[in-house]
Amino acid sequence: MTANLPDPMIPTPFVVQKVKRETSDTYTLDLTRAEGAANFAFAPGQFNMLYAFGAGEAPISISGDPARPETLVHTVRDVGNVTRAICRLKRGGVLGVRGPFGVPWPVDRVAGQDVLIIAGGLGLAPLRPALYHLLNHRGEFGNIEVIYGARTPKDLLYLRELERWRGRFDLRVHVTVDQAEGDWHSNVGVVTKIIGRTRFDPPSTVALICGPGVMMRFTVLELLNRGLKPEQVYVSMERNMKCGIGLCGHCQWGPFFVCKDGPVFRYDRIKAWFDRREV
Amino acid sequence: MTASSLKVGARVTLAAGDFQHLLDALAGRGYRVMSPTLEDGRLIYGEIGKVTDLPIGWTAFQEGGTFRLEHRQDQAFFGFAVGQQSWKQFLLPPHQTLWQAQREGSGWGIIPQVQEIPQFAFLGVRSCELEAMAVQDRVFLQGAHVESTYRARRESAFIVALNCAHQDPGTCFCVSMGTGPRATAGFDLALTELLQGEEHGFVVEIGTDRGAEVIRQVPRRAATSGEVDAAARAVAAVAGNMGRRLDTTGIQELFYDNYEHPRWDEVAARCLNCGNCTLVCPTCFCHTLEDSMDLPGAVAERRRRLDSCFTVDFSYLHGGSIRTSPRSRYRQWLTHKLATWIDQFGCSGCVGCGRCITWCPVGIDITEEVRAIRETAAGPPKE
Repeated sequence: MTANLPDPMIPTPFVVQKVKRETSDTYTLDLTRAEGAANFAFAPGQFNMLYAFGAGEAPISISGDPARPETLVHTVRDVGNVTRAICRLKRGGVLGVRGPFGVPWPVDRVAGQDVLIIAGGLGLAPLRPALYHLLNHRGEFGNIEVIYGARTPKDLLYLRELERWRGRFDLRVHVTVDQAEGDWHSNVGVVTKIIGRTRFDPPSTVALICGPGVMMRFTVLELLNRGLKPEQVYVSMERNMKCGIGLCGHCQWGPFFVCKDGPVFRYDRIKAWFDRREV
Repeated sequence: MTASSLKVGARVTLAAGDFQHLLDALAGRGYRVMSPTLEDGRLIYGEIGKVTDLPIGWTAFQEGGTFRLEHRQDQAFFGFAVGQQSWKQFLLPPHQTLWQAQREGSGWGIIPQVQEIPQFAFLGVRSCELEAMAVQDRVFLQGAHVESTYRARRESAFIVALNCAHQDPGTCFCVSMGTGPRATAGFDLALTELLQGEEHGFVVEIGTDRGAEVIRQVPRRAATSGEVDAAARAVAAVAGNMGRRLDTTGIQELFYDNYEHPRWDEVAARCLNCGNCTLVCPTCFCHTLEDSMDLPGAVAERRRRLDSCFTVDFSYLHGGSIRTSPRSRYRQWLTHKLATWIDQFGCSGCVGCGRCITWCPVGIDITEEVRAIRETAAGPPKE
């Protein structure tokens, strides 16, 4: 009976164990439950409503390893009152968590396929759990390609980890930036330019994309041009969310509630709405 | 009349002079009887105790942007269509504290607000309003997550429906939406007011066992076939005299294929983006959550408040809003109401009550907007 379930509107207090500054305005927080030692199980691509006491709530995707559910990991960019309050928390600070919510990446349904992970900016945060999953079960998948674009080298998230991933022989990582100084010796340009350099077998490939709207739009176009079908492409959408459980109406996007029908959508199901403005 | 004949589906007649007994029977069972009533010259839903609290002898003239109370020639108890309020305010309160958090050392303890669930008897619930409740049931009760306040209030409410008769159906279009004017389900009792010369009474249809128990305490007699026919005729007259019509044929495709129709610009030029339509709409459910902290920083609070998709803030995402133009906000509201709602919940979000037409300060008429788009519609977009 639903009556016996905990009310999904009541946050659970979590304690900050570690704060890592990723960029000038983006922080990664490691969290554990304030009471009890229960794991926080989630699927890659899901999100939580993070609550800064008194300030409010924001939907933030989970960025940790699903195989290590004892620690809840979130990467948060300071872009407003709530996210600022979250980013200012120190070790020992407490915040509220509701979740996990939303439809995850289809990583458990694409065994045997090549996987393209294409991220722009903060879009790498919700994709990192998917990559962890792929690497945890590396033998189950074909070629894995990661394309990650950021504005400048200073805006790159998870830098050490990116370097470690680049050192692996079972994974190809491409990093590109929009602008760079002379000390940058890698790609400059948009992620779509990198797609041509990746290796994948179009009939047996799935692409997972998260980033700014424009980046996702052109990435989808490029993938379709290179032989992927709309049903092989997944995107993660973002909208204003208040409740996270499909009741408040804020995250509506055409016929969808991004919080419960998404945030991860298969492209063929949303393509009629994807290019429309002000939906 | 024997008590055993008071079964679900049975019809009895209640004389207008005995109506007080119905109110007393409901009050005696612990219900707060909420009904249309006049307050400061407004037709609202409020708590009543006496028959004289009903808007007896009043009617309401309704047109786009116009609502005017007028005297009737007779002493009808319910001689008007709906006012600006809907029952949704009693089922999901427009302002509600959800919980408080108290600082405990370095941490926080969260204390859910204890909810008083009032026992309401809703009196005079029109068929469109029953349908609106059924629509909100799909939103709040039939998804993966249940809204607990709504459920508790909804389950405890006793519903006395009222079939529409003897009224000016100025902005009504329930017939187009298939939602009225006769209540067919979802009530404990359903009344039809009879006004025939000196005879003034109500044909009462029993909808539930709970309804039968209330009727058992009220003076009544079996309804004659003449009375049942007269009630049906009065309702049929309203059905045949709808103030508005809305053609719902292929309505989803109509909206999806005309997302950039010039009519959206035209209506946006008139729309004030005031949000009145969302407030008066009996199905609009969007709400927001607000947080605050007391001055010492010891007690935080989360409140829910009814919201409107007409505000710029509604679609705010870091850096700006998604729907910045008034055109996009009007389009969102109407498209949701009439088209995407069907994708989301398997039914229309519009029950044809006409409130959004009456209470629009500039008289925007959604039946007219749909007609205008339909008459100059584009076909499906080319691939």
